[in-house]
Amino acid sequence: MKKFLTSTVAVSALALMLGMTSVRAEDAVDPNAKQGGAITITYKDDVATLDPAIGYDWQNWSMIKSLFDGLMDYEPGTTNLRPDLAESYEIAPDGKAFTFKLRHGVKFHNGREMTADDVKYSLDRVTNPKTQSPGAGFFGSIKGYDDVAAGKAEGLAGVTVVDPYTIKFELTRPDATFLHVMAINFAHVVPKEEVEKYGADFGKHPVGTGAFKLAEWTLGQRVVFERNPDYWHKGLPHLDKVSFEIGQEPIVALLRLQKGEIDIPGDGIPPAKFQEVMADPEQKARVVEGGQLHTGYITMNTTMAPFDNVKVRQAVNMAINKDRVVQLINNRAVPANQPLPPSMPGYDKEFKGYPYDVAKAKALLAEAGHPDGFDTQLFAMNTDPNPRIAQAIQQDLAAVGIKASIQSLAQANVIAAGGDKAGAPMIWSGGMAWIADFPDPSNFYGPILGCAGAVPGGWNWSWYCNKDLDAKAAEADSVVDPAKSGERAKMWSAIYGKIMEDAPWAPVFNEQRFTMKSARMGGADNLYVDPVHIPINYDNVYVTDVQ
Amino acid sequence: MIAYLGRRVIQSVLILLGVSLITFALLYLLPADPVRQIAGRSATPETVENIRRQLGLDQPFAIQYWHYLTSLLSGDLGRSYIQRSEVTELIVSRLPASLLLMVGAILCELTIGLTMGLLAAVRRGTATDQTLMVASFVGVSAPQFVVGLLLLYVFAVRLGWFPIGGYGTWRHLVLPSLTMGILGAGWYARMMRSSMIDVLRQDYMRTARAKGLARGAIIFRHALPNAILPVVAMIGIDIGIFMGGIVVVESVFGWPGIGQLAWQAIQRVDIPIIMGVTLVSAFAIVLGNLLADTVAPFIDPRIKLR
Repeated sequence: MKKFLTSTVAVSALALMLGMTSVRAEDAVDPNAKQGGAITITYKDDVATLDPAIGYDWQNWSMIKSLFDGLMDYEPGTTNLRPDLAESYEIAPDGKAFTFKLRHGVKFHNGREMTADDVKYSLDRVTNPKTQSPGAGFFGSIKGYDDVAAGKAEGLAGVTVVDPYTIKFELTRPDATFLHVMAINFAHVVPKEEVEKYGADFGKHPVGTGAFKLAEWTLGQRVVFERNPDYWHKGLPHLDKVSFEIGQEPIVALLRLQKGEIDIPGDGIPPAKFQEVMADPEQKARVVEGGQLHTGYITMNTTMAPFDNVKVRQAVNMAINKDRVVQLINNRAVPANQPLPPSMPGYDKEFKGYPYDVAKAKALLAEAGHPDGFDTQLFAMNTDPNPRIAQAIQQDLAAVGIKASIQSLAQANVIAAGGDKAGAPMIWSGGMAWIADFPDPSNFYGPILGCAGAVPGGWNWSWYCNKDLDAKAAEADSVVDPAKSGERAKMWSAIYGKIMEDAPWAPVFNEQRFTMKSARMGGADNLYVDPVHIPINYDNVYVTDVQ
Repeated sequence: MIAYLGRRVIQSVLILLGVSLITFALLYLLPADPVRQIAGRSATPETVENIRRQLGLDQPFAIQYWHYLTSLLSGDLGRSYIQRSEVTELIVSRLPASLLLMVGAILCELTIGLTMGLLAAVRRGTATDQTLMVASFVGVSAPQFVVGLLLLYVFAVRLGWFPIGGYGTWRHLVLPSLTMGILGAGWYARMMRSSMIDVLRQDYMRTARAKGLARGAIIFRHALPNAILPVVAMIGIDIGIFMGGIVVVESVFGWPGIGQLAWQAIQRVDIPIIMGVTLVSAFAIVLGNLLADTVAPFIDPRIKLR
């Protein structure tokens, strides 16, 4: 039987022949890195939970990644997939079965060795409705998922433990995103005995296989991670200790950073201080800028007049002066012309999008039967800078005759309005905007632009449903062969190109990330704007003032 | 006395029930779905419905409220939607910090407020009196958010006398207590001033002066004890103001109390925590008022319990 073998498998095979078990692992360690030391990171909000089946905010997302591991992961600072707890994997030619060989000798923080049974247990747990995992839906392509979700089965029929170090997944359809799904936190491996011991409080007593283990958690004050000396990835982590101090306002955090008391302000540079920091060469030198898998956009409800007319939606696209909106937020973003952000595979560099052209926008409105414009509503979240951005959009729309009144509401209320078919004609997505769960173009489609999301309570606030594109998306996702990933990215580019013709959104900008660090922090810049570790990759950074 | 107390306790329980019903109803009517907040963006509709069922949020309002009330009576405030911890545990872990801050704030406001009020009353009509009263007006009117950041900037950032936010030592306590205390100090200065002026106008004061007592003895031995008691009896009522203030002050200073917990919960629509903190605060306010009213007659015999 022909099987797709990844290059990593070949490397691993070579490693085994040479009697080395972790060639790749040791290659990844920064030779300049110093061992030891502690860093302090601040956050405003409490850490919600460290249970990988449940945690789903950007704050605990990267913390969980340091406590737990999954079968797959990404090379630090990049969006390149690589095996993690798995040593290698094989994909069946039809793309409907994935077999993973596990690394030997990986231990949980409690000392027990991790095996394939733990992988199966973890996936059965995350899909079980009793766990209340927000990520259960990611595993929808695994055979038996529907029965588990409906409470008819305890475990996923499509997950088979072949032997303690081999696990096989059978899918109901070919799924090109499956390796990404195996890298998200919801698929991280947990030990059954610890989950059963702590029950609903496992999130406060996390036990994984990760680089760090939990040393202290004082509610509302402090979470402390300490180095896992038995971490399977030799040479990692570099730090002995990572302390998270909770309840610190971003402005206070910045003051403390300036005094040298902390190393990373987890909530970033407060907008009001951004220009001041960037104007000071000494401080600016400690700011790392990077892309983010984020797009800020205006949705237009395609089921509501006059936005049911494509010409009106195209006119809105041409009416928005995106450069000015970007200036409003101190240039902390780049203007967007398509749904995908630039760092996402499938982003079309050649695509020009709709130009800012007031005359043409007016002409399109006239063609659509609205020569004098119309009245509508623009919903936006009520925290800075979103009301200001909404006002800029309002002025741009007024210039072409569209009189939009702003509905500035709490996040939950805007989300509720968007999920109601008759709720919101237009929404500025800021503060709630889509940040990808994993770096794959499909992640920007299904829930926010596909038919599946255009349901009451869904996230497709344009209520845009194009069955033809749904079929094309399914076709693209059935291209499982990693060698054909370029071809697949092109298919996705075409899908997003077609979406922009229909213009259910006016993409406005892609936010950039700015991470500020203390002078003592070391490691490559991309570790500080790691696309999957926000704010930073705790496992790979180090401090320069030890030894 | 006992009949009075019994009546007040029953009233208090009814108030707390009312608070729980109103808060629960407001949160229920909120046009935001907590389940969607929990489930996140990528959840399928069936995941959302599963979670809704698990949390009992598919039940009608009356049943949800009844469930909440019956668990409440057994001391169970439920489990946070976002943090997934027991609300009781979250509140209990943060209550000592809030109580400590409250003690610090009371000390600050009494020390500053009573001194200012006393001085203003003794120097009535002079520039000192006017300056102090303007200062107390500023204290009462200044938003705590601004006062907090100002104190933080001057005493922590510029002068470095105190740490920039956080919790742990007495030095951490000073600035947040002062921020909370400045508001109350303004009130106490005004109350103390008028109470002191009242006392100083009494006939026995004139008698004391006529006896030839020294001015210091008159003020500190005879006037002050009489003037101070009605003012101090107000501390119980302060608790309500504190409960409002800690939300802001704890957030500014990163003080790990229940105010900060409430603020985070409100932002994330974490209903069980909002309910829990509201009830605990309401309980504290009701208790404070009850104590203030009960203690008042012992301090000031002119007040009678009825």
